[in-house]
Amino acid sequence: MLDLAEAFPAALRQIAILDPQLIEIIALSLRVTLTAVAIATVIGFAVGGILAVYRFPGRGALAATLSALMGLPPVVAGLFIYLLLSNAGPLGVLQLLYTPQAMIIVQVILVIPIVAALTRQTCADLLEEYREQLHSLGASSALIVTTLLWDGRYRLITAVLAGFGRAIAEVGAVMIVGGNIDHVTRTMTTAIALETSKGNIALALALGMILLAIALAINMALMGITRLASHFAYA
Amino acid sequence: MAGAFGRRDVLRLASAAFALLALATPVSQAANDFIILQSTTSTQNSGLFEHILPLFTKKTGIEVRVVAVGTGQALKNAEKGDGDVVLVHSEPDEEKFVADGWGVKRYPVMYNDFIIVGPAADPAKIAGIKQAPEALKKIAEAQAPFASRADDSGTHKAELELWQQAAVNPKASSGSWYLETGSGMGATLNTAAGKQAYALTDRGTWLAFANKDDFKFLVEGDAKLFNQYGVILVNPAKHPNVKAKEGQAFIDWLTGPEGQAAIASYKIDGQQLFFPNARPQS
Amino acid sequence: MLDHPRSLAEARPLSSGTLLPVELHGLSLEAGGRRLIDGVDLAVEDPGISVIMGPNGAGKSLLLRLMHGLIAPTEGTILWAGTPMNGQIRRRQAMVFQKPVLLRRTAVANIAYALGLRGVARSERGSRAFQALELAGLERHACTPARILSGGEQQRLCLARALSLDPEVLFLDEPTASLDPASSLAIERLLVNAKHRGIKVIVVTHDVGQARRLAQDVIFLHHGRLIEHQPAPRFFEQPESDAACAFMAGGLVL
Repeated sequence: MLDLAEAFPAALRQIAILDPQLIEIIALSLRVTLTAVAIATVIGFAVGGILAVYRFPGRGALAATLSALMGLPPVVAGLFIYLLLSNAGPLGVLQLLYTPQAMIIVQVILVIPIVAALTRQTCADLLEEYREQLHSLGASSALIVTTLLWDGRYRLITAVLAGFGRAIAEVGAVMIVGGNIDHVTRTMTTAIALETSKGNIALALALGMILLAIALAINMALMGITRLASHFAYA
Repeated sequence: MAGAFGRRDVLRLASAAFALLALATPVSQAANDFIILQSTTSTQNSGLFEHILPLFTKKTGIEVRVVAVGTGQALKNAEKGDGDVVLVHSEPDEEKFVADGWGVKRYPVMYNDFIIVGPAADPAKIAGIKQAPEALKKIAEAQAPFASRADDSGTHKAELELWQQAAVNPKASSGSWYLETGSGMGATLNTAAGKQAYALTDRGTWLAFANKDDFKFLVEGDAKLFNQYGVILVNPAKHPNVKAKEGQAFIDWLTGPEGQAAIASYKIDGQQLFFPNARPQS
Repeated sequence: MLDHPRSLAEARPLSSGTLLPVELHGLSLEAGGRRLIDGVDLAVEDPGISVIMGPNGAGKSLLLRLMHGLIAPTEGTILWAGTPMNGQIRRRQAMVFQKPVLLRRTAVANIAYALGLRGVARSERGSRAFQALELAGLERHACTPARILSGGEQQRLCLARALSLDPEVLFLDEPTASLDPASSLAIERLLVNAKHRGIKVIVVTHDVGQARRLAQDVIFLHHGRLIEHQPAPRFFEQPESDAACAFMAGGLVL
């Protein structure tokens, strides 16, 4: 096995030369995940907010399902989407298999439960505090949802970042629906899997370090935001 | 920041999301002619595709997108219409694929060979044995660790064939000295290197593999280690979405003089990996 | 001055708008098998500050919430100038709670939010919000995050918010319970000011001194029942019921 001590300098060298293929892979990863998170956020905020505010039969079951889906194994989601998008499947006509769009779709599915469940929790907590006052002021249910979403913005940002973290790091789902095609659907995680299987430990490690750096950046942003929020008592 | 978060803000947010979604759609969707080639991980890991496909694209303008999985999965994917052409190395399965109507016609393309690799220490003492089944028998008797792909791939099927010829049933020892990784060639070789186990691998993947540790070629040259590749167009009658024209163009190129020459010219460390053997087209 | 609760037919035109008199008929609230509010018949006609008093657990806060339409009664009706309680009537009222409830925004944004709910145009909200802040002496803190303000300032802000809505009836649930004397004084001044502007103020308080300072009439509750409803001077001098006497004397009323 390649010595860990040898692998690190080799990996750093790979990063330093800014290999264009490396850049291409990183750009695709970011593009897919950022798009997926943006879409999932809009949907997740709405679902979470509505679940927290509106009363309807089956509400409890839906909330429990969302929480459970947070733990959905990515590879299972990948398999499911693959079967849908396959030419032998119901959505085959869309010709989306093995494209970045398919990868976005599967990541959206993985991120929505996280954002929605955390949004629901945040809004429910805030609602406990605000309910009577908002009722007294005469806010409609729809307005209460948007009010809670805005007021909970710092907590919600952390929910979005949690979703981002999950999406950028997963490999199983995007491998299945994307096919890890060179220049088309090869992301950081699928490239790591491939290079590892080719024994290119140095390159795999380089990608891994970049992925780690991104995750670190997210977490530092998280800490910064929560600190800012407490400063203004906005948490 | 003052005031209620109203409908206007929600609309703005929604339009931002849609704009992002539009950005995600590749501009070049229509501009690109491409086919999807279902092939195997061993072929991809050898680096052959990086060498020959650009030549094809340069000539015809058709991009070839390779989805690399095991032979079994490649054929299954093609049965579902999730590919235009398949290039695998398991003749009986390929013939069945065509006979069942999923493929149009099978063309032989090239062959490479398998080798048995193992740790320099060679506990089963198989170095230099000419007959592959004999080597496997000695490994079984010595209960030396052996890493198998166990993933329904062409390599795996070839390996099972050899065990059968050696009259040994390794599956009975699965989990003790016979390690069924269920993975691609590279992952299996990683496991072999990590566990100091023997493995059956194609020469191409082995030469391209960067994590060889102190492993050596131990058995090679046996005719039974011969590995034939075939290329098949997925049947457009079964799946209308198949790009028959471009797919056939690729097959014609691959089995024609230019493709064959490209295959022959691919070398690692001065060694040729694949030997073209397409029949001349009538 | 109140002699007897008058019937609707004899009601004289009142200066505090068209929501008064408010009449509660047989109002009851039951929860968990217990009667929390028990058959309350009450009429409040005159403008001015009405004070609701009683020992802990008497149902004062519940009565307030019933009158403001935040909870629905189990039995009985609430009529505002003859109309049963509804959402429209509630929008002509405002309420300040014991613990200030402020959104996670600046002080002025909190008021602007409430104004937005009342349909005030976006362009006007800022100036009207600022005016409300000035009335409460909080204009310095306009751009301060509301939740950083001190307890007294937060409660003044809640009151300023309520007043900015031009309510016809203002409910307050023990507004100065946890405030320092200076803040309490500021709040009381605002309430008197509101009274002068013609707003009907109904306030629940524990503080007998505060009741003496503010009340026009006193509504005394015990065990969810209306025990007394008297003009303030008469109540403070000579409460009619034993419970009220005990309460005023400072004893624990069981």
